[in-house]
Amino acid sequence: MLQIPVWNKMVIILLVLAGIAFAMPNLFYERVERHNDAVALIERTGATTDALEAERALWPDLLPGTLVNLGLDLRGGAHLLAEVQVADVYEARMDALWPELRDVLREVRDTVGTIRRQDAPAGELHVRISEPAGIAAAVEAARRLATPVVSLTGVGAPTLEVRGDNDLLIVTLSEAERQATDDRTMQQSVEIVRRRVDEAGTREPTIQRQGADRILIQVPGIGSAQELKDLIGTTARLTFHPVVSRTTDAQAEVDARQILLPSMDEEGAFYVLEQTPVVTGDDLVDSQPAFDQQTGQPAVTFRFNPSGARAFGDYTAANVGAPFAIVLDEEVISAPVIRQAITGGSGQITGNFTVEGSTELAVLLRAGALPAEMVFLEERTIGPELGADSIAAGEIAAVVAFASVLVFMVLSYGLFGFFASVALILNVGLIFGVLSVIGATLTLPGIAGIVLTIGMAVDANVLVFERIREELKTAKGPARAIEQGYARALSAIIDANLTTFIIAVILFTLGSGPVRGFSITLGIGIITSVFTAIYVTRLLIVTWFDRARPKTIEV
Amino acid sequence: MRLRLVPQETNIDFFKHARLTFGASVLAMVLSIAVWLGMGLNFGIDFLGGTTIRTESSTPVDVAAYRAALDALDLGDVSITQVFDPTFGPEQNVAMIRIQAQAGQESVTPEMVLAVQDALQTVYPAMSFPSVESVGPKVSGELIQTAIIAVIASLGAILVYIWLRFEWQFSVGAVAALIHDIILTVGLFALLQIRFDLATIAALLTIVGYSINDTVVIFDRLRENLVKYKSRGLQDVMNLSANETLSRTLMTSGTTLLALLALLVLGGDVIRGFVFAIFWGVIVGTYSSIFVAKNIVLMIGVKRDWSKPDAKAGTQFSNIDA
Repeated sequence: MLQIPVWNKMVIILLVLAGIAFAMPNLFYERVERHNDAVALIERTGATTDALEAERALWPDLLPGTLVNLGLDLRGGAHLLAEVQVADVYEARMDALWPELRDVLREVRDTVGTIRRQDAPAGELHVRISEPAGIAAAVEAARRLATPVVSLTGVGAPTLEVRGDNDLLIVTLSEAERQATDDRTMQQSVEIVRRRVDEAGTREPTIQRQGADRILIQVPGIGSAQELKDLIGTTARLTFHPVVSRTTDAQAEVDARQILLPSMDEEGAFYVLEQTPVVTGDDLVDSQPAFDQQTGQPAVTFRFNPSGARAFGDYTAANVGAPFAIVLDEEVISAPVIRQAITGGSGQITGNFTVEGSTELAVLLRAGALPAEMVFLEERTIGPELGADSIAAGEIAAVVAFASVLVFMVLSYGLFGFFASVALILNVGLIFGVLSVIGATLTLPGIAGIVLTIGMAVDANVLVFERIREELKTAKGPARAIEQGYARALSAIIDANLTTFIIAVILFTLGSGPVRGFSITLGIGIITSVFTAIYVTRLLIVTWFDRARPKTIEV
Repeated sequence: MRLRLVPQETNIDFFKHARLTFGASVLAMVLSIAVWLGMGLNFGIDFLGGTTIRTESSTPVDVAAYRAALDALDLGDVSITQVFDPTFGPEQNVAMIRIQAQAGQESVTPEMVLAVQDALQTVYPAMSFPSVESVGPKVSGELIQTAIIAVIASLGAILVYIWLRFEWQFSVGAVAALIHDIILTVGLFALLQIRFDLATIAALLTIVGYSINDTVVIFDRLRENLVKYKSRGLQDVMNLSANETLSRTLMTSGTTLLALLALLVLGGDVIRGFVFAIFWGVIVGTYSSIFVAKNIVLMIGVKRDWSKPDAKAGTQFSNIDA
């Protein structure tokens, strides 16, 4: 007999209700968005104003405030695909290595003779020695500069590759070190871009690493790609200052040539610093998360170039026991106490770090300036009016598509067509609900995907209804025909939708931007349409059948 | 009274004109490839690299004047096309300007874009630029590669899926029908010189998805009927299956086309090419599932009787010791 277990009914109804509840805020897009912005601001700052509360009151806190993200093509904004010139860093590393190499070669001057740096291809360091016989000693001395590569995978491989060619000493970064360096360069670049874009306070920017050396940057609501490039181009400023005192007074008076800066992570803490920095980030070569060798605590190591090393060494030697502040963009990251003179140009910051904290700080320290040049491979600017036009056109098209499909279904299948139409409306609600909950981005092709789903969603119903018609011909009772219709159409429904779903997955994997948006709505549409067709229409039909108990049915 | 696209009982012989329909399909494919090779595709900047600028002004678009304004900049190949759309207001005059990738430049120089905008604004001060898009040649090369991989991967995935769910003969038939659809769509794009870009590839894959959907429904019924009517000829059972599912095939195509038609007319010009491709694809896809996929399966033949071991395998040595 035609029956659906009660718990089954409950699950179906609950799912549908949940989907609609999460989809509903999209009908009041602007109000909900302003409400969400206000709530986020209140949470972040901890303070509230009347204006903010008014914004907040636009939408009840109790209702879900989930919204579909609008893609760039709908909201307007800028899209950039940047390629980071990771090889730039090799050159800088070689330049930084030269003074060290010079020093170690000087120690073995007796065997290698006089040394002279030669012009070399980018990323290589060539040194000519006057005594070719000493090349072996020179190579050995240079190899001592190599340290084991620190990375997740390659442990132990040396950072440098050194070989001798007659009287020429050739030093390059090893393959493992190049990879590790590339990875660091990318992390650093992404982090800097993120900081730059976040500072501008735009909504929901997308900053993603793509492939080995690319960064995708999408910022809705920005005027043009050029504006975005200018924003990214400004560099972060890292400085090291002597600390005069620490205070909690934001309005504290400071002497001339002193500045008052807030602490980055301690709320309400301020530092009075000497205005002239001891060293700036321009002199920083590298920074890595590490562990303190004595205490085993997470720490951050850093390394200066020679001039920075000299300045830092002189200052720390004279100020053991005093704190100095590491300042990034006018905020004090941390103010550790100098424990001993730091002469080697490299040092370690310990403090109350977690492992994540030390990693983050190392990235921030490195993130002072862009480590390598960025070349822009793709730029797109979409004006907000164009996006608004597209939304309007998409909405009208969707409504017309919807209405015509509904009419067509009712004309073709009568009451059953009406049930299918109800399921179709719920289906679109569910699509929006799922999109909102997973925070997917709706693009213009995504709207096309929904419209296409409207057309195709009826397919599963059509399959079932046609099957019921056929079953009715063989003169079974209506209940049996409905049951058989559903049972027999199932295999076709599954096969047909799975193949389309495979396509959606491929589109999602290989596509980018708008195409990906399309694949998401198509994929979700397939799942929800199968759900509404198999479960929801069936529930509607069975409930109707139970009430009306018709002797015959016409499909 | 119900709306019926086809009569309740149909008994159409889809193979009656098999030579004609199949020949027409083959001819259409050959013509498509000829047009494709002869005229070439109107690739968008996604695949060619270059810059497109969308202009909007209240004065009517004058292509010659636009071109004259840009001539001095010496940008190489510049194409200017006016965009028409029923959703535009009377004050909305839109044109698309496409500028080829500039030699020796990976990225697009903002100076060039600014120069173009300035040149146009000196002639039409009120002109605005709702969108500016640039793609470097490096990325466009990769995008072509990814697009080809996407199409091949989807065909491969379908080949395997149908093979697992049905028989290999079915998967060959289905994929042949899909290739038919893809070639006819690309041919139409070449013939009408519609812009071919990333969205078009997405549309091609959607067509593949739709067409396979249609084909699978008929195959599913065919499989069921092959078991049910063991003694009837393959062609006969195919006709029966196609007739039984004809109403559904046309209903689904009808609703999908209705929805797409709304989008085609009212959805704005930005996605028109994309929607047009899918619209056309639904039509060829429906045709190919009825007239191409089955014909291929019929040509190869299907193993019918699964209850006994393969006739040949069992009998080829059975007469030796007679």
